[in-house]
Amino acid sequence: MKRALLYLGLALGALVTIGPFLVMLSTSFTGQSYVLQLPPRLFPEHPTWSNYSDVFGLDNFARYFLNSVLVAAGHVVLVLLLGSMMGYAFAHFDFPGKRLFFGLILGALMVPGVVLIVPQFLVARDLHMLDSRIGLVLFYVATQLAFITFLLRGFFASVPRELAEAMEVDGAGAWRVYRSLMLPLARPALGTAAIFSFLFSWDEFAWALTIINDPGKRTLPIAIALFQGQHSTAWGVVFAASTVAVVPVLVIFVIFQRLRGAGLPAGALKG
Amino acid sequence: MTATMHDVRPVGTRPTGRARAARRRSAKQKTLTAYAFLLPGLALFVALMVWPMVQALRMSLYHWNILPGAVSEFIAGDNYSRALHDPVFWRGFVNSAAYALMTVPTQMALGLLVAVALNRKVAGRTGWRTLYYLPVVTSWVVVSLVFKYLFNTDAGAVNWLLGVHIDWLGNRWPALVALSALGVWKGVGWSMLVFLAALQQVPRSLLEAAEVDGAGPARRFWHVTLPQLRAAMAFVTVMLVIGGFNVFISVFLMTGGGPAHQTETLLSYLYNQAFTFLDFGYGSAIAYLVTMLIFGLSLVQMKLFRYGEEDQ
Repeated sequence: MKRALLYLGLALGALVTIGPFLVMLSTSFTGQSYVLQLPPRLFPEHPTWSNYSDVFGLDNFARYFLNSVLVAAGHVVLVLLLGSMMGYAFAHFDFPGKRLFFGLILGALMVPGVVLIVPQFLVARDLHMLDSRIGLVLFYVATQLAFITFLLRGFFASVPRELAEAMEVDGAGAWRVYRSLMLPLARPALGTAAIFSFLFSWDEFAWALTIINDPGKRTLPIAIALFQGQHSTAWGVVFAASTVAVVPVLVIFVIFQRLRGAGLPAGALKG
Repeated sequence: MTATMHDVRPVGTRPTGRARAARRRSAKQKTLTAYAFLLPGLALFVALMVWPMVQALRMSLYHWNILPGAVSEFIAGDNYSRALHDPVFWRGFVNSAAYALMTVPTQMALGLLVAVALNRKVAGRTGWRTLYYLPVVTSWVVVSLVFKYLFNTDAGAVNWLLGVHIDWLGNRWPALVALSALGVWKGVGWSMLVFLAALQQVPRSLLEAAEVDGAGPARRFWHVTLPQLRAAMAFVTVMLVIGGFNVFISVFLMTGGGPAHQTETLLSYLYNQAFTFLDFGYGSAIAYLVTMLIFGLSLVQMKLFRYGEEDQ
């Protein structure tokens, strides 16, 4: 009896949790003339692919998707490279200024992203990075570097220094220790960092909205939001595009969860 | 350590003075190596994060002219006093605070509830956990649009389910309720995950001892489990309050801060001042006020929770 209540409660919660996803999916298969009809239907009366063919018929949609992929790939590679180098330095070396630099990193974890957007816009303008995908990548990396460094430093600190020293006695330089010892050991931590930096870049909205003007350089979030702004009632198409943007991410995340089995480092992943 | 290993060579093969010099040289070299590893990341970080932070402080003291090369007028604290006398700024503050008040306790209570349920022997625990976590990893843009659709006045699922006809997004308080509903829905999974990790750390022996002493499940939860969750509670509260005052994308997409600035939050107002009215100086002043507010709130909470101090 008590167990039945437990499962009933969990199932109810799950229903509320996935309800909005189901609405998005079902609306994406609903023809324009049936959208926003009462009562809402989970399974559309006349399911149709037309919204999806409309989405891919939009001149630039494949382009937006590609932009998002390119920016996310650049961001993940660069932030993992720079963040792991910094994390390694903070974990395994003592040097003057260590406390100051680490304090800066920790401070940045508390500063809300949108707060810096005004001066960053001017810096980007001076560096000729407005309307550029490179500008997206570099600012995403700078924004997330503190978090990724912090995450990976924690991991590297758990690797005994003696391991590295044994390699050094054999004549290996610091770069080789980092390349052939630290990075392979850190693979699980790097995986977690990669997932979260990918999600960050894939979903980022405010910065992309602010610096990207050229429609050909839009990423998915701004493309979808702007499309909804211009066609406020074309919900079927909006949600077809949303589904195309969201579902691959959810699938990757679920697979990742299965592979990892255990939890994510709960302390450090506020989206 | 390396140095000591070198020192175990047969006596006399190396004069100690040279060994010490070598050690010093190697310490210096280690410092250089560390800097080399830091340099690329730190340079980017300073150029694109720290420098803009400094720049924002400067801009907030000017009537900033955005045209390149144009002269900006220094007005000292005028942007700040303007904010403190600006009713829309205060409305934004109240709206952000109301959002935090509505979302933080709700997310914590629901997150804890789900965590406690999943901490028992439940079939398919990983599956449930992943499912409850899905909203957390879903794009803010997409879920904001979905909730905008759900809260539609004439044919939205929410009005239909409740059997009412409310113009949710066209009025201040109903809009804040709708925004908070989205915030809670998207955030519960995150609190759940933190609490679940903390619950797994509660020593079984404590619970068993309480049971032997005759404490029922409710008392065990209140008097044994809950006190053990203090650090997790503190962490979740601080992070959620920061997150609450950071609410932006959902406001921007669901109401745009309107109608007539009624639903403006601190960050949406900041963004509108800067990029709709192009008042960068004023926007920067608001940015600094928000940053100070968030830092202050976090410090107060950490004091209240005695965060960082050990139990017992």
